[in-house]
Amino acid sequence: MNSAVKPSDKAAPDFGRALKDGVIIAIIAFALLGPLVGLKTDQNMANELILQNHLGLAAILSAVVGVGRFLLSAFVYPRIAARGNRSKAAATLAELEARARVTRGLSITGLIFLFVYPILIISLFGVQGSIKWVDNYGVQILIYVMLGWGLNIVIGLAGLLDLGYVAFYAVGAYSYALLAINFHLSFWVLLPVAGILAAFWGIILGFPVLRLRGDYLAIVTLAFGEIIRLVLINWKDFSGGSAGISSIPKVTMFGIYSFDVSAPNNFAKVFHLAASSAYYKVFLYYLILLLALLTAFITIRLRRLPIGRAWEALREDEVACRSLGINTTNTKLTAFAIGAMFGGFAGSFFAARQGFVSPESFIFMESAVIVAIVVLGGMGSMIGVALAAVAMVGGTELLRELDFLQVVFGKGFNPDQYRMLIFGLAMVGIMVWKPRGFVSARQPTAFLFKRKTVSGDLVKEGHG
Amino acid sequence: MLPLGATAGGLNFMEVFVQQVINGITIGSLYGLIAIGYTMVFGIIGMVNFAHGDVFMVSAFFALIFLLLLTSWFGIASMTLALILVMVVSMVLTGLLVWAIERIAYAPLRGSFRLAPLISAIGMSIVLSNFIQVAQGPRNKPIPPVTRDVYTLWEGANGYPVNLSLKQIIIWVVTALLLAAFWYVVQKTALGRAQRACEQDRKMASLLGVNVDRTISLTFVIGAALAAVAGTLFLMYYGVVVFSDGFTPGVKAFTAAVLGGIGSLPGAVLGGLLIGLIETLWGQYVSADYQNVAAFSILVVVLIFMPQGLLGRPEVEKV
Amino acid sequence: MMTSHRTWDSDPVLSVEHLTMRFGGLVAVNDLSFSAGRGDITALIGPNGAGKTTVFNCITGFYKPTTGMMSMRPKDGALHLLERMPDFVVASKAKVARTFQNIRLFSGMTLLENLLVAQHNPLMIASGMTFLGVLGIGGYKAKEKAAIDRARYWLDKIGLTARADDPAGDLPYGAQRRLEIARAMCTGPDLLCLDEPAAGLNPRESAELNALLLSIRKDDGTSILLIEHDMSVVMGISDHVVVLEYGIKIADGTPTETRNDPRVIAAYLGVDDEDVEEIEQELDEAAGSEEGRA
Repeated sequence: MNSAVKPSDKAAPDFGRALKDGVIIAIIAFALLGPLVGLKTDQNMANELILQNHLGLAAILSAVVGVGRFLLSAFVYPRIAARGNRSKAAATLAELEARARVTRGLSITGLIFLFVYPILIISLFGVQGSIKWVDNYGVQILIYVMLGWGLNIVIGLAGLLDLGYVAFYAVGAYSYALLAINFHLSFWVLLPVAGILAAFWGIILGFPVLRLRGDYLAIVTLAFGEIIRLVLINWKDFSGGSAGISSIPKVTMFGIYSFDVSAPNNFAKVFHLAASSAYYKVFLYYLILLLALLTAFITIRLRRLPIGRAWEALREDEVACRSLGINTTNTKLTAFAIGAMFGGFAGSFFAARQGFVSPESFIFMESAVIVAIVVLGGMGSMIGVALAAVAMVGGTELLRELDFLQVVFGKGFNPDQYRMLIFGLAMVGIMVWKPRGFVSARQPTAFLFKRKTVSGDLVKEGHG
Repeated sequence: MLPLGATAGGLNFMEVFVQQVINGITIGSLYGLIAIGYTMVFGIIGMVNFAHGDVFMVSAFFALIFLLLLTSWFGIASMTLALILVMVVSMVLTGLLVWAIERIAYAPLRGSFRLAPLISAIGMSIVLSNFIQVAQGPRNKPIPPVTRDVYTLWEGANGYPVNLSLKQIIIWVVTALLLAAFWYVVQKTALGRAQRACEQDRKMASLLGVNVDRTISLTFVIGAALAAVAGTLFLMYYGVVVFSDGFTPGVKAFTAAVLGGIGSLPGAVLGGLLIGLIETLWGQYVSADYQNVAAFSILVVVLIFMPQGLLGRPEVEKV
Repeated sequence: MMTSHRTWDSDPVLSVEHLTMRFGGLVAVNDLSFSAGRGDITALIGPNGAGKTTVFNCITGFYKPTTGMMSMRPKDGALHLLERMPDFVVASKAKVARTFQNIRLFSGMTLLENLLVAQHNPLMIASGMTFLGVLGIGGYKAKEKAAIDRARYWLDKIGLTARADDPAGDLPYGAQRRLEIARAMCTGPDLLCLDEPAAGLNPRESAELNALLLSIRKDDGTSILLIEHDMSVVMGISDHVVVLEYGIKIADGTPTETRNDPRVIAAYLGVDDEDVEEIEQELDEAAGSEEGRA
């Protein structure tokens, strides 16, 4: 339609059309937001549902949407259309290599930063002030990095869409919680046990379902995840039901120092430091950092072994794999089991960190978040997944800090409640913007002359 | 754990069973209505529209808000009129909402990376439920009962009644009428033909002058409108809705679609009824606690042992 | 070579007996029996929809035949009944490798990686089923080196060594076909099944393909079974031709025998006289060019 437009016209945005677009979109937005935002249901003193009039707010929001659409139509779309041809052309090898170098540089600086992060934070905010930054951000993000890397084996490498990954996280967490409480075993004994149990569950659940294709596999794994959660809720003798399990023992520093305040070998007491939970948090930080790096290290090694190559080949073309004599069921199962094992490790760490587990922590939304991290990061890319975890978990965590917005939006404004809303919007936005995620290029696992980055456009996403 | 009637030691076996079948068909009708949305979208673009369950929930909120608007602000006294109006409004607005969602979150991803639309749909599902939580509050939203009329079909021993409520009759009748209308649209109209053409071969359909994009959008909208009917009836039946009500009915309706054979419209309805029946009977005779476990287990078992479902076409692997 | 010595009768590497494959009501292959001789290049030809690819899918285990027996005798002397094996076992144990009509390469992986994936099973053992490999013990490195050498051998043979580290998806069509053959050969098969290897190739590429197939038979001692429409390939290099129509075998013999078989001409080419003449001419030309080369 616009092909006949003269070049000189391209520079001048078509304001008339943009205005029309904006107005139409604003009207549609008001039709939807009018009832949903403008008419808020609330209960009155008699516990009857009444409507509160917020139509003004709905009108403002609709106007914002309309103006946004106007700006998009007037300025952004013409520019994208003008650039369209250039950006559509596949990236050249030189560009890919340059990007790969940036990624490598980022990994190394990122790694150094991760190791000095707690020291940096303590020197900036003091011992007590560091807790929030080390625990809420550092440990929290690293748990998701580890989960992302674990699931990356299943989704990113083997191309199997697993929407029930949180089940293995739960297996790990409950394994540690129950075995530590009932048998008084230490974290260091139970960490491998939890991993093995999770892997075992991975095999049990994986075996019947792995021949299913794509979306069906996704839905079955989702169902498994939900079944495990529902069983945890209902089987009260075993798991304590919805109330969960509390007073789960803390991790000890290899049995030498304890972080229990009452213990004689309490870390702070032994070193004559002021009692603070900060030391435990820093210890946990390094523990999860090492666990995550272990995941990364093993994944990188596996990728260069036949099994890893078979996973990627499976993602590319399962039928071809079978024609080459590869037992695809076993190959998928190993991916599932190893992914589950890392989920189990992360789960036992989670239980030890929280000191409390309940089915609430293992809802489907958790799986969705981890899948989102893997896909947004760019399937198969370790650094991409780490970046996505930082952006999605760290980013939404930052919302808790935005208390100053209360000045703008009034006292009742609680930015925290917008966390998941923004998370969901980001998921949609990033998918539309970059359907292949942040880092889609692939590094070959072997080379004859020179390792050349493979463009993400050629890499397949797997059949499920 | 066993409900009242059953304590009589099988005395009222027939009555309890019939009552549960009535209840099961009622819930099953709702699942069937939602399942059609899943099955149509999957049929036409091969995508599991993960946000569909939450669309259903939003439609119940549309119905809730307009019901309150009509009764408390405009003071409409006739419940029948109010219900009809509310249902129509909810259908229109939900259709509009889904049209917007499809344009924003799914259409740009068509033909790209296969996982992208699924992730986008999961994102949309998160957006919808959290948006409602933020905009309408996290609490249960109860409404006064629309009608309390109950007809006792017969009474068993000790006066145990088999009841059929007016609400249930409304659900059955509305579902049947809408399914008939929907069936007509799909089988007899140009839109239905375009839809089936796109299902078979999108590229060919587009070469033959079918507006594929519009057909896909309309498919989403029709699915949403049926979900809105289910949403309105759900609100009327249970008298309460909450922002998190999308997920479980969504998964169960998807189970229904898969059980019936995904892509098959009669299959979706049949699957819905079966899931409804299995769920209520399971709750009655096995364990109420594990009712949802049963639904999920059916999903797993069906997908593993007969992925083509009851009325679906078996798939031959292309080599 | 094309005379009385019929390897497929005296020393078959693969015998298909009474193979029938039904899809619902459709009989794709009906009571088909034929053998492929050891060291032969056997061509399976027939009009579109004759059931050739179905036969391939049965042999390679992707379809379970409705009835019938397919016995494979690799060089080690064992006897494998293919209809009882899952697809990947057909490849790994019975030593039958295959390519696909619509090329199935691992397009996001490099050429070298494609050829390494084909050596998965021996490499898996070399890596101590992964456990030793992760720990870095067990001499996996040396075994991988040998696998890379083997890949290199095949890359040299298909003339793609210079592109070893490029993604397979970047290759032009003809090169992709050759790579797929090399990948199948990296599994070390005794029987190589090629589904229309010359489809979409230009005459030069087609000639290169002939040379490659002949060298595979000569240097690697692999028997070849191929589906082909390109008559220059079929008549040029095959020792034995089996003709299918509507799932039924209508001819079986040397290229010369089948070429002159009136049933083949009628069935394969339709009954239209003009077409027959045209194709006969084409066949003669193909035969002529073959003789010319020899």
